Order: sequence, then structure tokens, then C-alpha cells
Amino acid sequence: MALYLSKSGKFLPHFITKMSSLGMINLSSLGSCLSQNPPLLTEDGRTSYAAPGNDPTHFVCRRFGSVKADKLASISTNADSQLLNFPGGVVKFTPELKFLSDAPEERIHCYRVLDESGHLLTSDFVEIDKDIAVRMYKEMVMLQTVDTIFYEAQRQGRISFYVTAMGEEAINIASAAALSMDDFVFPQYREAGVLLWRGFGLQDLANQCFGNIGDNCKGRQMPAHYGSKKHNYFTVASTVATQIPHAVGAAYSLKMEGRDACTITYFGDGGTSTGDFHAAMNFAAVLEAPVILFCRNNGWAISTPVSDQFRSDGIVVRGQAYGIRGIRVDGNDALAVFSAVHTARKMAISESRPVLIEALTYRAGHHSTSDDSSKYRPIEEIEWWRAAQDPVGRFRKWLEMQGWWSCESDTELRGWARQEVLNAIQVAEKAEKPGLREIFTDVYDVPPSNLRDQEKSLRQTVQRHQRDYPHFQF
Amino acid sequence: MLGIIRQKVAGKLNHALNFEQGVGAVALRAFSSSAKQMTVRDALNSALEEEMSADPKVFIMGEEVGEYQGAYKITKGLLDKFGPERVVDTPITEAGFTGIGVGAAYHGLRPVIEFMTFNFSMQAIDHIINSAAKSNYMSSGQISVPIVFRGPNGAAAGVGAQHSQCYAAWYGSCPGLKVLAPYSAEDARGLLKAAIRDPDPVVFLENELLYGESFPVSAETLDSSFCLPIGKAKIEREGKDVTITAYSKMVGFSLQAADILAKEGINAEVINLRSIRPLDRSTINASVRKTNRLVTVEEGFPQHGVGAEICATVVEDSFEYLDAPVERIAGADVPTPYAANIERLAFPQVEDIVRASKRACYRSR
Repeated sequence: MALYLSKSGKFLPHFITKMSSLGMINLSSLGSCLSQNPPLLTEDGRTSYAAPGNDPTHFVCRRFGSVKADKLASISTNADSQLLNFPGGVVKFTPELKFLSDAPEERIHCYRVLDESGHLLTSDFVEIDKDIAVRMYKEMVMLQTVDTIFYEAQRQGRISFYVTAMGEEAINIASAAALSMDDFVFPQYREAGVLLWRGFGLQDLANQCFGNIGDNCKGRQMPAHYGSKKHNYFTVASTVATQIPHAVGAAYSLKMEGRDACTITYFGDGGTSTGDFHAAMNFAAVLEAPVILFCRNNGWAISTPVSDQFRSDGIVVRGQAYGIRGIRVDGNDALAVFSAVHTARKMAISESRPVLIEALTYRAGHHSTSDDSSKYRPIEEIEWWRAAQDPVGRFRKWLEMQGWWSCESDTELRGWARQEVLNAIQVAEKAEKPGLREIFTDVYDVPPSNLRDQEKSLRQTVQRHQRDYPHFQF
Repeated sequence: MLGIIRQKVAGKLNHALNFEQGVGAVALRAFSSSAKQMTVRDALNSALEEEMSADPKVFIMGEEVGEYQGAYKITKGLLDKFGPERVVDTPITEAGFTGIGVGAAYHGLRPVIEFMTFNFSMQAIDHIINSAAKSNYMSSGQISVPIVFRGPNGAAAGVGAQHSQCYAAWYGSCPGLKVLAPYSAEDARGLLKAAIRDPDPVVFLENELLYGESFPVSAETLDSSFCLPIGKAKIEREGKDVTITAYSKMVGFSLQAADILAKEGINAEVINLRSIRPLDRSTINASVRKTNRLVTVEEGFPQHGVGAEICATVVEDSFEYLDAPVERIAGADVPTPYAANIERLAFPQVEDIVRASKRACYRSR
């Protein structure tokens, strides 16, 4: 509830009395609150409190801590006063009728380590050793290969649907490499690379897309809706941005456990328009949850360009609106993404706070196999990003300059990757589909009687009319 | 053993019942000499407290649940006892805190999410259905969601259309959810404990007007390990002439109607459903096979309601046993009006149940 202070100060004591008679404020606890946790006036005039501990009294006080009747009255009656002791902190007055601008003077700068030719631009980044760097490159190439071939498979009618991460290989692999296996991932659907990095195999990917008996999702999900408890990667859901509050809730759970881990959630520019994004950001800040909120700003939400999605300077500026630290990085620069996630992770865990990362990149492929983006954006734009800004090529150039990679290794790698992916698809395609039983399991922890009855009834029907159900063997 | 005593005593006591007590009037169970009384509010509060003490993973989240002691005081005293990490006051965003609760449940905590009324759960229904109900299935058992969504459901008194809808039928139609509707203090304690302990998402539909009602509770009910099975209805009153099914507040109305009917020689069997999903079809069918007549009672809207499902299940399983068409009593097919006189007409009253039962017995038009 807002408390507007008039200069005479007559309003406030009356208001406080009214509120306390409604039982909404306990005046005596207010007084004791402030004496225990006096607000400290810092240099910029803002009230700060000692870092919140586990003391429930302190927590209780925070909501009313800055409102003390007689102290406020004395401030308000002081005609020379420059300050308003408002709930949430002290605020300075200004005599200027001036509105905050709708945009910062300059767009927030974008952190970058490598230029398009793979040259280092700074020494302010987190170093990675050769093994990690080479592994990162190999996984980026593998992701590209998987995307290319699975996309083709859909076009050939072998799988019903697919979504690629073209152009976002650096985001996928570099962010995954900067995390630990204990960190929980709440993906959107363009982060298959994170799963690949964590050890989910090519055969597992293919099995899921074909929905066969080897699929750890038992044929329940659309293609590319991967999930694996073993790899701490939560199942992809089609609902947009619902994973963001989930990640915050899980981070809260991690915090309560006192674990040295955080959660990370990925979402696109489009997802930030949802109510879930707002609620999750706000909550993450209030709950002080150790979560990395990673926005893949790739310029497009299906056919909606960012200019139709929001009018703010991208997503990074919103962090401050919620009291969350943020950074804008070049999403096509693997080293920049790695450094940002690595640092954000440390902050999230050690300070128990959310961190926002906005990675600027480009959705080089179509939204999914159900989309043809040439219908709403110029082919030249797509081509330019694919060629000049290709994150895989840029990283390779840096690797080659380090002497850690070569042309021959590249040809060999790509040939091998292609073969592996084709094999996985062939095996997945021939495998059996899940049995009838899997229609009914996992609806609940234990199948209830009505589902057991239905399964029995279905089996009888299939038996009786086997001609209509040639796929089911008995 | 207790059940047999209860039946015998109930038979003797029926004619001696006092009809004038309010909505919460229930036949006194004279078998327990220490018949302690407990309000539904206290029943819920004690159940929450005991489950939170027993399992540190259980925590409560919602608007006004902490500092304010709960919008309806159900969570009174819990903030003081367990601290702000386990009783979380939230900003105003049902979609937000439901999503966060689901995320916490994904990771293994056991949240109890309070909606100030289930009307507000519509803001969060995507998370309840798509993120909670379907997750275990879609992840093939990898992600279980041991979450409870609770709060007052259905009509209160004079709160208008946006605060009076009954959501039993909506949630009851969703696979993956369990939906419970307690009536008495015993129901409230036993079912809430069962819900919190259950690994699946549970929608727990309370009723604002029942919070203040007192019911007798046995020593067994008061024990902290007390738990009622999910999916079992309770026969509140045995009878042989007509089956009346009801849940929540309508159970009390049905029992009052049964007393009135008894005076006219109609012996009604009242079934307290307790569980909307899974629906206890076997108890309902067994009862109809005994009485041959069925009256379903609910506060919610008639189309696609709970009564429609019960009627369908009886027609499917016990068609030959029905001696009369099924009578379905539900709220009026209108958004709830506010003025007291027309609000009363928009919801089933005791006389509606009495008349419907008589019609089912061919005693009147």
C-alpha cells in the first residue's frame, strides 16, 4: 500500500491509526523492528539494510521497516527536507517536472571477445583450456550436423516436425560448457546443444524424434521436445515461457537445500512478452533465487520482428526494472557467452540472486519445419547472418590461430559427424514403436482403476479386431 | 468395527435428529464418548501444520498466507512457527506463483499453493494443466509434480459472479490431476494430508462457508498420521429408497433433505463423493443398484457438470437397475447474481433436493 505524505504530516498518523485499527499493522512490532534493524542512509541517500539472513524477525520487518510514524512525521514537517522516507527506501525530491526518457542515451553496449575473423578484442574474458575449447568446437559442429540432417529427414517425411538451432550454436554449447552438471536446465526448445554437451547421445536424440521404443520419453512428445532427468535437463514444453517461473521455483528449492548449484532457463525475445516472464523476473528478485535468465534475442518470434515485439532497448534494460543485474553479450561469440555464463553462475550461487543475460544473435533457420521465413524476411538478411556472423566459423578461426585446430581436422570431423547422425537416424527409423501399455502409464504415479480397466478393454478390442491394428503384436 | 456400530446407532438415532441446526448439521456419532468438535478451518490448519512439521519439503505459497495469517485464516500461526522460507507471501500473480510452485515441485519440494478463491486459479490454469497435470506423462515419469492447489471453491454469500463459480467439473475432467472436495472436518484433515503426501498434483476444493462449521472428530482423526484414501466416497447416511450424491457444502444440504424425506417415509442414502477425480464409480453404482434411483446434487453449472458424469457412469454400468430417470440438481445456468433473493434461487436449496428425490420416487410431479 502506498503512503502519500503531505507536507503537514497530518494525514500519515491518521492513516497509520486507521491501518492499525484494521489490524493490518502492528504498531508495537514496527517500533521494535526499527530499533533492531535501523535503516542506514548510504551516500546516495538510499536506505539499505544489512544483508538478509535467516532471521525471520528481520524478514517480517522488511515490509514495514521504513515506516515509523513519528520519525516520518518529523521528516515531513521539516520544511527544508529533501528526502521522503518511503516504504522500500529513501527517495530524494526534485523541483523539476521531468520525465524519465523512454530509452537510454545509447543502446546498452554488447560484450564481445572475438571479432568476426576470430581475433581477440580484449583480455577481459574467462580463459578456457585447449581440451574444453576443442570439445566446444566439435559439439558445435555436431549440433549443426544434427540440425541439418534432421531437418532434411522431416522434409522427406520421416519425422513429423523439427526445430533447428541454426545460428545459435555458440549460445547452446558455450553456455552449457560454462555450467556444471549439477545446475538444472529449463530449456525452451532451441537448446538441444546443451543436452548434447551434457552427454545425451545422438541415438537418444533420434529415438525421441522418431518416438520409438528406445525413446526415454516413451513416444509421448513431439520431436525435439527432449528431456532427461539424468542430465538435469527438464523436458521441453510447447507452452511459451512457462519454463521461466519453473526455473525460479526450482532455484528457490536449490537455495533451500543449500546446494552449490543454480538453475538456468532459456527463452527468446518473443517469450519476454508473456505474463510468465514478468512474474518470474519479479519473483526471482523478491525470492533472491539463484537463477540465470538467458534470453536468446534472435530478432524473430516466428514472423514477428523485435520491433513489433517490444519497444524497449531489447531485454537487458528490463533487468533493472526488476532489481536484477544484467548483461548484453554477442550471442555469436562463444568466448563471450562462456565468460558471461561462467561469471553469472558464480554471482547467482554465491550471492543467491538472479542474473539476466541477453545474447544478441540471429535465427538463421526457419522458426521450425512448419515455417518458411523467406515469406516475411529478406533472403539477403538471412544469408548475411549465416555467412558473416556464423558462430561456428568464428570460433574455428580463433582455434586455428591458437594452433588448436586445422582444416584437415575439420573435414574429418564433419565427415564423421555426418555419418554418425545418418546411422542414428537409420537405427531409430527401423526400431519398434512403444507398446500399447505406454498409453496409460505415467498419467499418475500409480495407474488408477479406471485406466487399468481401459487398458484391459483396449487390449480386448485390439485382439478382437486384429485386422484394424496390424502394428500391435501379441 | 466402528463402522458397524455407526450403522446400528445411526439407524436408531435418525428419528431423534435435530433438524434446526445450520448447514453443518450431521448425525452425531454416539460411539465416541469424547466427541470433540473441530471447525473445518482448524482441521485444515492442523493438517497443514502437522504435514509441515513432518516433512521439511512441504511449504506454503500464496497471497496473504503469511503476515495476514491467510485470507480466510487457514494458515494462521504457520508463518510464526515455520518462518518466511516455508510460508511465502507472494506478489499478486497467480500465474507467477503457480508456475514457481510447479518449478519447485519439479525439483522435489512439496508446495501447497493457495488461491484466494479458485476463481483466481483461472489466471494460473495453464500451469495447473499444462505444467503440472501433464508433466509426469509427457516426461514419461521423469518429472513428478507433488503439488497441492487449495482454496475456497464455489459460492460464498453475496460475492457475485466472479467469486462464486464451482470448478469441480473443469478440473475433474483433466487426466493427470486428482481433485478432492472435503465436506466435514474429518474430510478436511484426512484428505488434505493425503493430498500433501500424494506424488501427483492435487486440486483441493474447499468451501468458504464451511470453514466456520464445527463437526465431531474422533481420536483417530486427530492423530497426526490420520489420512483418508483418495478416490473413495463416503456413505454419510445409509438408505434404501434413493441415492443422493453430493460434495462439499451440498452434502450438508443433502443430509438435511434426507431427514425431511425420512419423515415422509423415503429413506435416502447420501453419498459424500469426497473425490471428484478419481470418481468412486463403484460406490455410486453399488448404491444405485441397491436403491434404483439417483439424484445428483452440485452447486456448479449444469452443463458438463459432475452430475452429468455420474449420470453417464450409472447409465453405462447400472442401466437395468434404474427405476426412474436420473434427477440432476445443479446451480442455475447463469453467472451468479448478487442480490440475496435471486442469489438464493441460483443455487440448490434443501427443498430442491427434497422435491427431486420425491420425483425420483414417483411421489410427486
